[in-house]
Order: sequence, then structure tokens, then C-alpha cells
Amino acid sequence: MATHVTVEIAPDGIATLLWNSPGRTPNVFNDESIADFRAAIEAAIADPAVKGVVISSAKTDFIVGADLTMLMAARRLTKAQFFERVRALQQLFRSIETGGKPVVAALNGTAVGGGFELAMACHARVAADHPALRVGLPEVSLGLLPGAGGTQRMPRLIGAREALGLITQGKTIGARKALELGLVSEVVAPEAVLERARELVRTLEPVQPWDRKGFRPPGGEVHSPAGAEVFVGTNAMITRETWGHYLAPRLAAYAVYHGLQLPIDQGCKVEARGFTELVYHPLSQNMIRTLFFSMGEAKRLKSRPKNVPAAGYTRVGVLGAGLMGHGIAHASAINGIDVVLLDTDMAGAQQGKERVGRILADAVKKGRMTETAARTALDRVIPTAAFEDLADCQLIVEAVFEKRELKNDVTRKAEAVIGPDVILGTNTSTLPISGLAEASNRPEQFIGLHFFSPVEKMQLVEVILGARTSEATLARSLDFVKAIGKTPVVVRDGRGFFTSRVFGTYVIEGSAMLAEGVAPALIDNAGRLAGMPMGPLTVADMVNIDLSYKIREQAKADLGDKYVAHPADEVIEFMVRQGRFGQKTKAGFFDYPEGGEKRLWAGLAQRFPVRPAQPSLAEIKNRLLHIQAIETLRCLEEGIVARPQDADVGSILAWGFCPFYGGIASYIDYVGPKRLLEECDELANRFGERFRPPTLLRQMAAEGRLLYPEAA
Amino acid sequence: MTDAFIFDAVRTPRGRGKPDGSLHEVAPVELAATPLRALARRNNLDTSLVDDVILGCVDAIKDEAGIGRWSVLAAGYHERVPATVINRYCGSGLEAVNLVAAKVMANQIDLGIGGGVEHMSRNPMGASGFAPATDPLLAADFFFVPQGVSADLIATRHGYSRGQLDGFAVESQRRAKQAWDRGYFTQSVVPVVDRNGLIILDRDEHLRPESTVESLGKLEPAFAKVARLAGFDRVVLHRYPEVERLEYFHHAGNSSGIVDGAAMVLIGNADAGTRIARKPRARIRGFAACGQDPTIMLTAPAEGCRLALRRAGLAVADVDLWEINEAFASVALYFMQELELTADRVNVNGGAIAMGHPLGATGAIILGTLLDELERRDQRIGVATLCVAGGMAVATVIERV
Repeated sequence: MATHVTVEIAPDGIATLLWNSPGRTPNVFNDESIADFRAAIEAAIADPAVKGVVISSAKTDFIVGADLTMLMAARRLTKAQFFERVRALQQLFRSIETGGKPVVAALNGTAVGGGFELAMACHARVAADHPALRVGLPEVSLGLLPGAGGTQRMPRLIGAREALGLITQGKTIGARKALELGLVSEVVAPEAVLERARELVRTLEPVQPWDRKGFRPPGGEVHSPAGAEVFVGTNAMITRETWGHYLAPRLAAYAVYHGLQLPIDQGCKVEARGFTELVYHPLSQNMIRTLFFSMGEAKRLKSRPKNVPAAGYTRVGVLGAGLMGHGIAHASAINGIDVVLLDTDMAGAQQGKERVGRILADAVKKGRMTETAARTALDRVIPTAAFEDLADCQLIVEAVFEKRELKNDVTRKAEAVIGPDVILGTNTSTLPISGLAEASNRPEQFIGLHFFSPVEKMQLVEVILGARTSEATLARSLDFVKAIGKTPVVVRDGRGFFTSRVFGTYVIEGSAMLAEGVAPALIDNAGRLAGMPMGPLTVADMVNIDLSYKIREQAKADLGDKYVAHPADEVIEFMVRQGRFGQKTKAGFFDYPEGGEKRLWAGLAQRFPVRPAQPSLAEIKNRLLHIQAIETLRCLEEGIVARPQDADVGSILAWGFCPFYGGIASYIDYVGPKRLLEECDELANRFGERFRPPTLLRQMAAEGRLLYPEAA
Repeated sequence: MTDAFIFDAVRTPRGRGKPDGSLHEVAPVELAATPLRALARRNNLDTSLVDDVILGCVDAIKDEAGIGRWSVLAAGYHERVPATVINRYCGSGLEAVNLVAAKVMANQIDLGIGGGVEHMSRNPMGASGFAPATDPLLAADFFFVPQGVSADLIATRHGYSRGQLDGFAVESQRRAKQAWDRGYFTQSVVPVVDRNGLIILDRDEHLRPESTVESLGKLEPAFAKVARLAGFDRVVLHRYPEVERLEYFHHAGNSSGIVDGAAMVLIGNADAGTRIARKPRARIRGFAACGQDPTIMLTAPAEGCRLALRRAGLAVADVDLWEINEAFASVALYFMQELELTADRVNVNGGAIAMGHPLGATGAIILGTLLDELERRDQRIGVATLCVAGGMAVATVIERV
């Protein structure tokens, strides 16, 4: 039977335990691999011929943490059983450091999560000087905490201040930074790691600092003035950064805080209790499902039609070198694809290229890119004003202004020169794809590729199927999205598609509250306190109120009698009449004083006086999130978005919807269909039919069905 | 229920709570023993008649740990006098008085002493640990912010201006100086002396009577930087989401001073008065403690006073004089606003902004100050109250007899 850990004992008595899990997967902790490792390390420690142990990996990475599938499955155990398992691993690690034989971790590659916890349980760590190597404890980013002694050993190694910074934010760091902090003992050339570890182990005293008499954690005791300051600051920082939405960083800090006041074995118990609580917490489960599994599947194009051969891209065209166009060009260029960047004149195209250059220069300045790589990428951008230059492109992204006639015009001009099988993707956030496809002479090769601004930072591309878009076009478009390092979510055509449509309800609900006399600060803070990345008024200013106005005017024109008036209409119309369009005019719901922080516009209170009796925070939060839930359910019902996973990934990547819920679909399940139905019916009675739940929710509530049935 | 009477109340002067403060050199036990000795001496007290002593002390660590019993013995009291130390944070001194009164009322003791001590220059605020700030779960669950941020939050919510707050502080200084100059404090402040009888301190040394609204106006708000840096400005939004942004007003000049000090109040039933041959100066009519939101922390005194007055069967309008601990200027302004009090009946001889706030002792200090002033004005009913960490308050109603 294949083993996860091979053992080799050299004549000098140094045993090398090499993690090498069968297959192509990276080394992770699961029941099998832990059992193999346990057997190997216990045998080595017991073997009188073994003088010391080196732990390393035969893979690119050292060990990348726990197998999350297994971890989630472990929840079938009782909490007591699970807790004992956690304790068993903690005790195994403890036996490494107290076993009387020197053990050194040879970090040939990335060691994160459980992998780095194991490394910290060794008496020394030698890390490869390789730019790709990362170490750290990223557990909190998935709603968990390090459960194998990480919250205990890291602060004992480098002090509470530095350890809390890394643990509560789930940050990973490179080898040199780790050396500077004292997280690794040495950094050597990658090829020398094993040898240096073997050398080190011969002279190492097998005692951890915290097992020595009189040990004091670096940076002082918890209850020293300096120690207390660290925790007071960390606690406030956690609330500031997370708005109180995440339990994991708090429980991790709690384990550090109490653990440092205890012997390490007792501290590990505090950690194990927190870890158990989080693993069984429904929100951790949601976060892992969306942020790890669904996000991974989206990146790997799990929903790509299988029968279409993979398309590779070496040259694409981007129509329009403006805000979106230059971003798309940048994403393509840094991923090794030549980009013909077309604008109405050469100057415009050249400006677009310059903007790409600025993004690249910034990346170089921040050390994320070498100068050579930046130059190569910039050279890939070919500015032009001539449609003929698109001739050799394998795919065209049209990113001109959101004007139907303009889009139709460039579509026709491009199609006149491009090859017959070339896909035309249109970057639009508002115009229905099927309508735009009418201008195309190849509607089956016409697709929506909705990028988000700023493109270089936003990971998502909303891929929109027109009525006649073919499967092959979808598959090849997804290949392109992947090729430029973005994550796609596939949706069907409809006003606002999925992301703009649902996100819009949040923004506009906030504006509607103004008309009711709700205090603007309360509305905006409630958005943050509900878990949104920005308050609804702040975001309205940012996306520009006149844009909301234009979208609604367009909807009115398109829908005629069917247009349903929204209580926010009078607010938006008022703002537009006042010429207060938002951030771009430095005047919206907020004033934007030069060099100062934004402040609510005083005129708002005159037009929409604040009612003496204000609704509760809980009610406002519910309204702001439920309205998005209802719109998402409508999208699911209409087939705009097919699966809850797509809604979850899309909502988090497009508009930052509460990641701690696992996204908007997970939020629906978390609230529960029955409660959501009751609350939304009540909200509909009080505030309007926009809250009235669709049939889908009524059915779910009646049948006790969730969007994710397996979670039931 | 048995009546509890106050026979006497004394205090030490308040020394600057810093290494250069006059009382820094004094052993904490001596600081507490000073008013205990004075009580015994000036009342010619047979100390063996004292059934219990309760002292408030917030950071009762090191030489202040278990300080009750040792200060009683150091003061030369009979060895049969027991003592204990309690902590209701800033309200400890008044709480100690209330607990002694409660024992008297419940007929479990005849005579006792309630008071407090805080040697802040030795054991600064927080020296014994403050889990609601440092423990990650407590801090997050109850939205901990430093008191100064709470004080600024009160001012922000109620629209107090910097000028109003500084004006209150200047008036506190003026009143305190006037009270000292006119000798209002001399009968109750006992000097701290060394073993030779040499005076170490005989006057409150924190006063800055030269303060003006203009001079205070030059001070930078003390809590702005930490609030913004650590994010306490955002923490408060969880409880007060209607606040657009926290404004910063408080500084050393309009906040209570950090000082060393001690105070004691002699309390007993009528029989005990006969036995020690002292006439009661006041009766304790009622007292209460209460709790509100721990984040804004400092708003509960109004409610505490209402509860205490209800216990006493009295109304706000029946009260002649008020003492509210001047933890921060906004605390006093809010208190007056809540109870609709005019400034001429509140802290008429200044308060902790001028003279300082030795945490565990202050409650007993302001109760004594209140009683002295009721006598001087020949008025009847007074209420003393303090805001307390964690959103609590404590209050006591007294009536001259």
C-alpha cells in the first residue's frame, strides 16, 4: 500500500521523513496521512539507532494544511469525538518536541496551516530561499483557526503582537520575512535545504524554548502593560476590520490570549475547543463551501461544456481603450496574450496603453512584478485605430461606452475583418446581450463578458449567454477568462443580468429609506454592520447617482406601463435635479471636501427630514440583505443564474456580499426559507411589493427545502 | 428596618497620581490608615465597637491587595475589627458606604466604616488587569472602548461643544479653589503625615485654578488618535449606528485627574451613636446600583439616582444638593440634562476635574463633601452618584438629621 511518508535512515543516525502523498495532490493532513506520519515519527523517536529527525516533502510544497473535504466530513462525529481527534494530533505534535530527539523541518516549499503547525513543533525550521515559498496560518480566511497548536507556538516563537497580526488576518509570508520575524531558523538555497537541516539536527538540543525553565514569551506576558496593549489593540482591530462578523479571528485571539497565560498543553485545549466550535459552526461551513470549494470549481471551469476542445489564446482584440478596455488589455497582456487595443483614434488607443503601463509600473514598485516582465507585458499591447489590425485576433472584447448604437457599430466593423470563428464578447453591465447580438452576423458567437472595475483588482467576469449563444462559444469564452486569470460565473440574459440586478436592489433600498425619513448615517452604517463592504449611500455616490437615474429611465422607457415605481425614484430624481451625481461631481449624498473625509450633505435632511422615531438597526439590516435575497431567488427562479454556487461566488466577487455568510444563496439558507418568507411578506406589506417573495421561496418554505440540499 | 446614620466622614488630600506626586512615597496602607486614625481620634472612638470595615479599591494589588484589614490594624484599631475590600470600579467608595449601611439596616452590625483608597501613582488604572479590554471575546461581545472614547461618544450624541465642556471644567476649578480658599474643606481633610508627624501633604495638589476656556481650548483631544488608530471609532457604531462620526472633545483638562487618596465614613445605628456618644449628622435614606450599555459606559448615574430616590420615597425635586463624580465633563453635563438640574445645585464645590479621582476612594470623598455642604447651607437632602466602568452607576441619598 502506498504510504504518505517515506522514511530513510542514514548511517549517521539521521532519519529523513519525506512527505509524499500518492498521486498528484499536494501533501495535506487527512486520516491516512496523519496515521502514516504518526507511525513514522513515533518509530523514529523510539528507534535507538536514530539520533535525529528531518521532516521534509518530496513535492513542490511542504504541507499545505488539512484536507477540507475530510474536515467537513468529520462533522459527522460527535463534538466530543471530534475534540478528542484534535487533541490527539496536538499531542502527537507535542510528543515530537518533547521526545528527546532533535527534529528539524526542512521547508522545501510552502508550509501553511497544519503544515506550518507541524514545522513549529519541530526544534528548528530551515526554509528554502524561493520566492514561491509561503509560510503562515491562513485558517481564519476560511472561518477556522489553527487547531494543531499554531495559536500556541507562534506567539511563543515571535511574541503575541506579530503572531496575532498573522493569525487573525490569516496572512502568509515569504521565507525571508519569516526569518526576520523568527518564524524560521534559517533560509538557505533551495537545493541546500535538506543538507542544512541534516547538519543542524546533529547539533541541536531537543528542547523548545517554552519547555525551558523561566521561559517568557517575546514581547512580554499578557498582563504586562505592553502585553495588555497588544490585546486591547488587536481586539479593537478585529472589530474594526471585520465589523464583528467573523468569529474565527476572535476565537483565535482568545486562544492566544489565554494560551499565553497557561502551560502549552492547557493552551492547546483552549485552541482545540475553539477549533471544534468553528468546525461545527454553520457559517464556517458556508465560508469553506463558497470560498474554497465553489470558488475553486469556478476557477477550474467546472461548469464548462465538456465536449468542446480547449481553446488557447495568443492574440485578442479589445475595442475601446477606456476605463474597462485598458484593464482587460492589462489582464490579457500579463498573462502572455498579445492585445490589439483599438480606439477611435491613435491618441486614445495610446492613452489606453499608457494606463496599462501605469498599472504595471505600480506592480513593479510594489515588488509584485519584475521590470522585465512588466516591459514584456506592455510590449504585448498594440494600440491602433484601424479595425484591420484586428484581423488575426482569436477573440474580441468590445468595451466601448454603454450606448447601443455605438456598440452595434463597432460590432459590425469588427466582424467585417475578423475570422469566421472568432468570438465577440461584449463588456456591458446593463444592455441585454440578445439585443446587442442582433447587430451581429454571428449571434451564436456573441456573448456577454461583464468585467468589473477596476479590472486589475476585480477577479470576476460575469459571462452572459445570449438567446443564441452556442455551447462552443461559452466553452471557448470560459477558456479565455481562465487564461487571463479571472474567475467566471455563467448567467443568462436579462435586465442587469445577475450581479448588477441584485446589487442594485441594495443600493436603491438605501435611497428609499431616505424618503421614509430614516437617518442617513443610520442607513449607511447599517449596510456595513450588515456585512456589506460599503454603506448603500456611499456606494450610490461611488457608482454615481445619475447612472442609477439613467438605468431607471431606460427601464421606464423599455417597460412602459409595466414599470413599477420605486420609492427611491423621488430621491434619485431629487439628487439628479440638484446636480449631485456622486463622487465624480464631488457632491452626492455626501460632500467631499478637498483633503478631508466625506460628510453627509446637510441639504439631505432638509429635503428628507429625519423622522423622530427611527427603525431598529436590526430591521434596517434585514431590509438591506433580504431585498438582495429576494432578487436572487427571482434570478434563480427565472434561470438567470442556474446554481446557488454561482450566486454565492458571483455575489462575493462582484459586490462583496457578506463573505461570512458564504454569499447571497448561502445567506438564504442560513436565514432559512420559512423565516425569510415570513419576514419578506411582512416587509412587502409594509414597504412594497418589491419584497414579495417569489413562488420558489414559498415552495422551499412549504417543503422545508434549502438551496443547498446536502447541508440539511 | 433599622436606620443607618452617618456620624462622620473624613478624607486625605489628593496627591498627584504620578511619580512626582506628594503621596507617591506614602505606603498605601498608611494612606488608608490616615482617615481611619482621624475618625478614631476626632470622635474619641472606642475602635473595638467597630463591627466591620469595607474599603473600595479598584486595583487592589501589591501593597493594596487585601488592604482593608492591614490599614485598620495600622491605624491602631482594636484587633477585633475585621475588614474587606470591594471593587465596583469607580463607584467602590460609595458602594462600600452603601454595603456598611445595608449591614446596619439589616441589623447585622451596629457600627461600621465604609470608604476607599486608591494609590494610583503606585498601581495605575488597569494595573490589576481589565479583561473586558484584553480578553478577545469579552472585548468583542461587549464592544469595549476606552472610557475617554465613551465620554466623547456622549458629547457627540448630545451635541455638547468643546466650549461647553471646557467651560464646565473651568467652573469646576473655580469652585474648588473658592471652596479651599473659604475653608469649606478644612474640617474634613486630614493631612497625611510621616512617623515624625511631619506633614507630607495637607492640600489637594491637582488643582489648576488658572485654567481658562482659552487655555483649555489649546489642548489636543486626548482620545482621537487611539480611537482612530485602533478603530474604537468604528466599534461604537455597533451600538450607536446613527452616529455619522465620532467627534473628539475630552483631554486632561476636562477629565478627572489621576490622584492618590483615601476617605472613610463612620456609619451606625442609633444605639451605636449613643454608645460612642456621637450625634448623627445624616441618615442614609436610600441607595442603588444599576447597569446600562457598557460601551457608552458613563450614562447610568441618572438612572441610579432615580432608583435610589425611589427607594427613599423622594423625588428629584426634593433634592437640595447633588454630587456627580466628574469622570469627564460630558458625564456631568449629560447627568444634569437627564435629570433637568441647574448647575447651582450640582458639584457646588467643584469635583474630580479640579481635585482628582482616586478611583476606589472618590465615592466616600464626594459623600463627605456633600454632607459638609448640606450642613454649611443648612439644607436637608443630598444625592451622591458616580458612573462606573461596564456601564454601571451607584448612588446614595442622604438626609441631614
